[in-house]
Amino acid sequence: MATQQEDRKLVFPGDLIAEGDYYAGDNTFKKENRIYATRIGLATKDGRKVSVIALRGTYEPKIGDVVIGKVIDIGFTNWTLDILSPYIAILNASDVFRRGFDPHRDSLSEVFGIGDIVLAEVSQFDRTRDPLLTVRGPGLGKLAKGRLERITPAKIPRLIGKKGSMITLLKAETGCQITIGKNGYVHILGKSPEAEELVSLAIRKIEAEAHIPGLTNRITDFLRTRMKASESK
Amino acid sequence: MIYKRIDGRAPDELRPIKMALGVLDKADGSAYVEHGGTKVLVAVYGPREVHPRHLASPEGAIIRCRYHMAPFSTQERKNPAPSRREIELSKVIRQALTPAMFLELYPRTTIDIFAEVLQADGGTRCACVTACSLALADAGIPLKGLVASCAAGKYQDRIILDLNDVEDKGCQADLPVAWLSTTGEITLLQLNGLLTEEEFQEALNLALKGCRQIYEKQKETLMNYYTAPAKELVSETGQEGSK
Repeated sequence: MATQQEDRKLVFPGDLIAEGDYYAGDNTFKKENRIYATRIGLATKDGRKVSVIALRGTYEPKIGDVVIGKVIDIGFTNWTLDILSPYIAILNASDVFRRGFDPHRDSLSEVFGIGDIVLAEVSQFDRTRDPLLTVRGPGLGKLAKGRLERITPAKIPRLIGKKGSMITLLKAETGCQITIGKNGYVHILGKSPEAEELVSLAIRKIEAEAHIPGLTNRITDFLRTRMKASESK
Repeated sequence: MIYKRIDGRAPDELRPIKMALGVLDKADGSAYVEHGGTKVLVAVYGPREVHPRHLASPEGAIIRCRYHMAPFSTQERKNPAPSRREIELSKVIRQALTPAMFLELYPRTTIDIFAEVLQADGGTRCACVTACSLALADAGIPLKGLVASCAAGKYQDRIILDLNDVEDKGCQADLPVAWLSTTGEITLLQLNGLLTEEEFQEALNLALKGCRQIYEKQKETLMNYYTAPAKELVSETGQEGSK
């Protein structure tokens, strides 16, 4: 998809992006036969559908998305998690305990405590209720204590890179495990806090410089220089 | 001879305007606007859960808007407690921004807007509406378009644009207006004082002309902010970790 970058025009709320027989996609609205952007982002066309990839804004939960949440409270029959969206997410005890569960506070906190980082899938969401999460699935569940970093969801593809090139580079150079949630949380687990910090800095660098060419090389140099410096201590 | 105002401006001339985006990095969105001596700072948080819960609406997001003048914003210390005027302007500003938003997209949440006047020199509510618009866009809150606001008025029998504090205090009429770019709707229209029908029409047209110029400046600010060549975030030499 070589022309992907070219057809992406920077637009602002209220900008007219298309006129005529088009559908209104994400972050747009249609008035008569004109489609306008509702958020700051990059306008794209996919056949007759016109959308905007938002550069700013909270994460909007979608069923099926695998996200990273931080446990913020424990109730009698569920945990509540922060998933960087306008709504708090809920994980029911019944999702974890197969056979009926014990509504005592203690057994819930033994599984996930406050502050724990969890990889989960959005199983239900409609506007009348808070999003529901599930940890039933391969690889889902608590992530070992490490570091949590944030990135705008729009920049996640750049963090992953073409065929995973960027994320593979980060993992290889620092020896860290890196998990990216669709909601913008990135979990980092390394052998040392310095390695984790380095990945954190690299992510922020990628987010700030995503549109400047030659990023992969710059990140490679950045990581190598820093890793060498910390090793020679 | 062309009539020159106290500060040397022509009757239809705006004051020098400055706009900046993303000035408070801990807020979801923020903006700063200056109209000559009037300086306002806006922070936006949301959409986020509402506490206390009973305020939440199942039909859409609620907007909690606070217009406040800092105690040092005026020559005489302004008492920090919200005055009746500030409470009214909080509502007026909220009503000026609501038509631009899609509140139905985020039921049971709140969008909190804080507009703080750092220096008051006339036209504070207009500068706030303009700044709030930018801050909402910066926060990534879906908008139909940007709202631009400006005041016109009658001073010494002349219809003028963008009154400063001296003109505002001594004017015969003051007409703040806010305009939503995409639909062309007027979302704020107030009048202090007396105007004939013709004068009102003239003042309104002048204010809308000012709004359009302010809208262009808002777009320019957004464009500059998002296309500025990003400085490399972390220098390559870096610092040796010091513990």
